[in-house]
Amino acid sequence: MAAKIVTFNLNGREIDVLVKPLTTMQTLLREQLEYFATKSGCRQGGCGSCTILVDGEPMASCLLPVEDVAGKEVTTLEGITPDLGLHPIQEAFFDNYAMQCGYCTPGIIMVSKALLDRNPHPNRREIVEALAGNVCRCTGYEPIIRAVQDAAARMNGQQGGA
Amino acid sequence: MTQGKLNAVGQSIKRRDGLGHVTGKTVYVDDVKFRDMLHLKMVRSPVPHARIKGIDFSEAEKVPGFVRALTHEDVPKNTYTILCLIGVGPDEEPVLAEDEVRYKGEQIAAIIAETEEAAMEAVGKVKLDLEELPAVFDVEEALKPGAPILKHWGTNYFVYEGHHCRRVRYGDVEKGFAEADFIVEERYQTSPIEHAPTETTGCVVKPEADGRYTVYTNTQALFFTLDNAALILEVPFNKLHLVGGTVGGGFGGKVDVIVEPITILAAMKTGRPVRYVFMRDEEMRVSSTRGAWRMYYKDGVMKDGRIVARQVTTYADAGAYNRHTPYAVTKHAANAAGPYNIPNVSIDAHCVYTNRQPGSAMRGFAVTPASFALEVQMDKIAETIGMDPWEIRFINAYRNGDMKPHRKVVEDATLIETMQAAAEMVGTELPERLKAMHSNDREGGNHG
Amino acid sequence: MAKLRGTGMAAVNYPTGMNLGGDPSQALIHATTTGTFVISLSSTDLGQGLKTVIAQIGADALGVPVENVMIDTADTDTGPHCMGTFASRATHRVGNAVVMAAQEARKVLLEVAADELEVSPEDLETDGQGNILVKGAPSRSIGLVDTALAAHFKYAKTISGRGMFMKPKSDVDPETGAMDPDSTEAHACTVAEVEVDTETGEVKVLSIKSAYEIGRQVNPALVKGQIEGGSVMGMSHALLETTAPYYPAIDHSPGGFSDYLIPGSADIPEIESVVLEYPSSTGPFGVKGIGEMTANSPIPAIVNAINNAIGVRITELPVTPEKILRALEMKDKE
Repeated sequence: MAAKIVTFNLNGREIDVLVKPLTTMQTLLREQLEYFATKSGCRQGGCGSCTILVDGEPMASCLLPVEDVAGKEVTTLEGITPDLGLHPIQEAFFDNYAMQCGYCTPGIIMVSKALLDRNPHPNRREIVEALAGNVCRCTGYEPIIRAVQDAAARMNGQQGGA
Repeated sequence: MTQGKLNAVGQSIKRRDGLGHVTGKTVYVDDVKFRDMLHLKMVRSPVPHARIKGIDFSEAEKVPGFVRALTHEDVPKNTYTILCLIGVGPDEEPVLAEDEVRYKGEQIAAIIAETEEAAMEAVGKVKLDLEELPAVFDVEEALKPGAPILKHWGTNYFVYEGHHCRRVRYGDVEKGFAEADFIVEERYQTSPIEHAPTETTGCVVKPEADGRYTVYTNTQALFFTLDNAALILEVPFNKLHLVGGTVGGGFGGKVDVIVEPITILAAMKTGRPVRYVFMRDEEMRVSSTRGAWRMYYKDGVMKDGRIVARQVTTYADAGAYNRHTPYAVTKHAANAAGPYNIPNVSIDAHCVYTNRQPGSAMRGFAVTPASFALEVQMDKIAETIGMDPWEIRFINAYRNGDMKPHRKVVEDATLIETMQAAAEMVGTELPERLKAMHSNDREGGNHG
Repeated sequence: MAKLRGTGMAAVNYPTGMNLGGDPSQALIHATTTGTFVISLSSTDLGQGLKTVIAQIGADALGVPVENVMIDTADTDTGPHCMGTFASRATHRVGNAVVMAAQEARKVLLEVAADELEVSPEDLETDGQGNILVKGAPSRSIGLVDTALAAHFKYAKTISGRGMFMKPKSDVDPETGAMDPDSTEAHACTVAEVEVDTETGEVKVLSIKSAYEIGRQVNPALVKGQIEGGSVMGMSHALLETTAPYYPAIDHSPGGFSDYLIPGSADIPEIESVVLEYPSSTGPFGVKGIGEMTANSPIPAIVNAINNAIGVRITELPVTPEKILRALEMKDKE
């Protein structure tokens, strides 16, 4: 089948990409555009390590055809990392030791960003629910939950603290 | 022991790799890509036990992007050697199957292609002519006469210096059982478990201009991998250059040296970079597991709580091949009686082969199943004799200076102190007698 | 039909090091011209934090700030041999190798500083802040940068060290099993609280509380990471995980995270821990290691807690709702 051009907004910049039909966003990002922060844990939609945001909604990029994001705003971890310094969510994860091997971390940070953008004051249950689609084999999730609570505090202008 | 003032040790310093992890800048094997990189996918056995009569690549070769196939004939030394480096033989697993496959998913041939899709399509078009053989899946069934035999030396068990199992013999268990007030017996069974790291096992091999090969790998053990690969490929060891050190979760699942040798061979044969990374279903169904363990415990116990005899018969389900299991069984034998002072101990630990995906190293290796059986057994003993579960453990806990069943003197024992701390943490009030015990004091213990 | 609670405990040991020994690790240390110390290894960080922990051990063994220590791993061309990261061996063996290398490098460091300060090396101490001082006369001091520059350009000395650690390989007596398998033992005691739904057979783990004794905590936050992660993995082994749901049959083996069950964020219990330190005689700064053992005591503690809750002892893992319901059914018939 012939390749086609898909136009969308990637991390604030409008781009045109040439893709074969049903190429996934994960493949586009990692193979064609060399955006490696979005990880590849299972390619079955089961682990959440490939999570990106599409118009602010977390989606598994391993199951998402590129055609489906035409005209939309796509955000990857590269897009929320400032050129200098860290996003408050990243600072909170770093300060709370909320990662070990780091492989699930990008997907979890994207999900956390989507949550905090939509709900700046989540309670624990809401955080737990937002994380339900993300697998972490190393940390046991508790430090991640603490990090998201801390991130919410920082983003609301309160003192962060581990 | 090291002396000197501690400034850094004991501090909760932030992770050195933390910034890389939270920004997604940490580089993992799957992030390593080269312009003219080829992809390797494996043709695998669809059945648990079969003789290979033939392989037909003709349809696979027609797939656009197909580059070449590798079979056992291409592998210089087609023996998978991981245990030989630590002195445990014999070698019994091929890198690529020769005339027999022994587990569903066993690797038979490697297909190398320009794209991952082409490699997968070509794998699907390889025709295997297999004669299915009877398979055995239960460890005790595998040891019965008439079971299909998996090993060239004629048994379904690893031979430990002439014995059918790893043995520990300390004291006289039959005498202990005769003296005991109670006999407590039970069978414990664990399930095979997958490491399931978020990052799958994989490597990328790049031929360098100087004739060497750089292997980007998420192995947990670089030199172990290098040495094994060099032996299999029959190349000078310094031809291989392994780069790694950053692993997206290991848990023991990335010590099998299972992807590197064949990928290096592919790079050697094609002259191009080659990538071989497990898909998630390969990681789940093919890569090694923590094997299942079946453990029979028989304990002789006195009314006062002392365990005077412990007999353990264990069957480790190694699956189709050794990997690290024969060595695990020895480690199990050193821990199966537990951190307890027991005067009569007999352990028979078997490494048994069955037609399933092989077991290998996993977090807690051989001790995790033992601890499970031991500690459920201790509660069963407590219940049988009507004693509190804390008390039974304090009475039997080993102290410094005790002799372990494998004849090593106990050192660095702190089981008692650790239990005391746990009891205090959860608000369990221990009797004064137990609070007064400590690991350097045999008085108040069971055989002092 | 009820939700019944129970408590259970378990106490375990865990051995440090590749079984039977014979697993060496090496480290090389060299100082740059401006007093940064590079520790070259071939060791791997699986996420447990080895790169951080080794820097801490190296810093204190050298007597320099941890910010001055770089870890260079893993590359088989530049790093010396390491057996690998497994068997809870890395902090212990690699740490010991680093300590040995640091001692050699520190000797040269102090010799150069002594020459610069015109004292003998025995008169000097380091403050861990980047200074080398005369004992009892701290105003007489020299910084690391100046010492390193002097070594390189004035005395033509290399501030470097080589380290190696190996526990010699033990044989096993084939008849008696006599052997020397490990370098030291760490210990843990876990108390688990569960709630069992007797209608569905589901088990909710309410809390996992553990005491650990691990010789020395190099980095308490990373130790806590092992305890928290291991508690959840132990719970997972006890209740959920299997590659062969109908073991010993191989049928229905899971192929991904949708059918290979592991806990998610909503499944985690309250986890509490306390860490004791009884330094071992064989580990760097008394370290024993903790990487593997943290799933071990939670498993039987949970199984014992289930027994305490509903009066049935399940002896086969994982303890699925089916197993609980069948056991309750059999118990009712008795």
